[in-house]
Amino acid sequence: MNRTATPSPLPSPLSNTEIELRLLMEAIYLKYSYDFRDYTVASQKRRVLHALAQLGLPSISALQEKVLRDPGLFGRLLQYLTIPVSEMFRDPAYFLALRQHVVPILHTYPSVKVWVAGCSTGEEVFSLAILLREEGLLSRTQIYATDINPASLEKARQGIFPIESIRGYTANYQRAGGRSSFSDYYTAAYEAARFDPSLCAGVIFADHSLATDSVFAETQFVSCRNVLIYFNRELQDRALSLFHESLCHRGFLGLGAKESIDFSSYSERFDAHAKPERIYRKAT
Amino acid sequence: MKPNAMQSPPKRIEAVVLGASAGGIEALLRLLHDLPLPWRLPLVVVLHLPEGHESHLAEIFAERLRVPVHEAADKMPLAPGHMYFAPPGYHLSIERNRRFSLSCEPPVRFSRPSIDVLMASAADAYGPALAGFLLTGANDDGAEGLLRIHLAGGITAVQDPNEAQISTMPEAAIALHSPDHVLPLRELRALLLQLESAHVH
Repeated sequence: MNRTATPSPLPSPLSNTEIELRLLMEAIYLKYSYDFRDYTVASQKRRVLHALAQLGLPSISALQEKVLRDPGLFGRLLQYLTIPVSEMFRDPAYFLALRQHVVPILHTYPSVKVWVAGCSTGEEVFSLAILLREEGLLSRTQIYATDINPASLEKARQGIFPIESIRGYTANYQRAGGRSSFSDYYTAAYEAARFDPSLCAGVIFADHSLATDSVFAETQFVSCRNVLIYFNRELQDRALSLFHESLCHRGFLGLGAKESIDFSSYSERFDAHAKPERIYRKAT
Repeated sequence: MKPNAMQSPPKRIEAVVLGASAGGIEALLRLLHDLPLPWRLPLVVVLHLPEGHESHLAEIFAERLRVPVHEAADKMPLAPGHMYFAPPGYHLSIERNRRFSLSCEPPVRFSRPSIDVLMASAADAYGPALAGFLLTGANDDGAEGLLRIHLAGGITAVQDPNEAQISTMPEAAIALHSPDHVLPLRELRALLLQLESAHVH
C-alpha cells in the first residue's frame, strides 16, 4: 500500500476499553431500559473502571456478561454509574439568588409547581423546601423530585443525613440567606440528622429519566444542578427540551454553578435571569 | 510501518496539558509569559487551590499573558491558542470531540480538580498528539496522568526537581516512569516553543 502519511486531525482510534464501554451501555439499555449511552465518556469510563475494581472483575466485557444475567449485580452497578454526591444549600449564592430574584415572582402564582430533576439523595429537595417555607410558599407548592436511581430516591424520602455533614450545611444555609436557626429543621439522633418530615409533605418522589421519559407536569421552576455535566450535548439538548416544555410562560430554570446553556441548542430559548448564579428564564 | 522512524522530526502535538500545585502560579507565569503570537496550541491547566472559593486564576493570568485565558466551562470547545483553567471543585476532562466536560466525582488523591483526571482523559482524546507538563507541587497528583500520556504515545515533560519550588510532584512523576524531558523552566519553555512551531508547520 502506498498511502500518503498525512497527519490526521481526527481523534485517535477507539481503544478496546471505549469499545467495551459502548457495548456495556448498549447491553444495559437493551436488558434494563436504563439509557447511559449518551453520557460523557471520560467520567463514565472512570466510574466503570472503579466499579470493576470494587466488584473484582477483570474487564468491562466480563462485567457485561455478568450484568446481563444478574439483575442484582446491575442494581449494584447502578450505584456506581450514578453520582450520588450532593450537599444541602450547595453553592449558597444560588439559593440567595432564588430568594431575591425568583421567589417574588413565584409569589404571584396561586399555586406553584417545582421540579427537582436528578434529585439524588434529596439534599437539594430539603434545601428548597426549607427556603420555600421561610418565604411563605411551601404550603402552596408541589415539588416533584425525580431521579433514575431507586436507592437514592429511597434515601431522599427518608430525609436522614449524616450528622458530620451538618456543620458544613449550617454554614451554607446561613450564607444562603437562612432566616432561622438551621437546627430548627432537624433532630439529631446517633450519627444522623433527621429532617422535619413536614418539609416534604408536599413532595412527590418519582422515578424519571431525562434520557427516556417525557414531561409529566407544567412547572414554574425547574432546578437541575450538576446533572447535565454528565450528559453529552445531544442528551443535554433532550433534557433542556423537557425543561422547556414543562416550564410555564416565563418559567425559571436553575443549573449548577459551572453549567451553562451556551453550548446547547437551547441558548436562544432561555434568557439569563441571574447569570452568575445560573438562573435562566424561558424566553418569550 | 515507518521505515525512517529513527530520525523522526518533532512530534506533531495538538494540545498541551499542564499540572502544578504549590508554587505553580509563579512557575506557570515564567513558563508562559510573552508567548509569540499568533499562538496556536491550546493550553489546559489544573492548578490545585483550596475548594469552595471562586477562582480568579483566569483573570490573574489574562492580565499577565498574551494568549486569551478562560475558566473551562462544561462542553466548551478548545480553541486554538487559548488557555484554560479547571474550575475549583470540579474535575475537568477533555472528550474525544475536543470539548471539555466537568464532573463532581469525589476528589482523586485529595484533589478536585485532579491533574491525573485531566491528563488521562486528554490522553484518550488526543493519543500521541498530546504533551503533558508537570511542574512544582507538594503531592503526587499528575504522576499517573503523565504515565497515561506516555503510554498513549504522547510527550511528557517534568520540571527539574532541583529547580522546582516544591519537588514532590516532579519527583513522583520521575519515580513512576522516565519522562521524555526533565528540564528547568527556561528549557521547558524552549520545548514548548518547539512543539508550537512543529504544530504550525
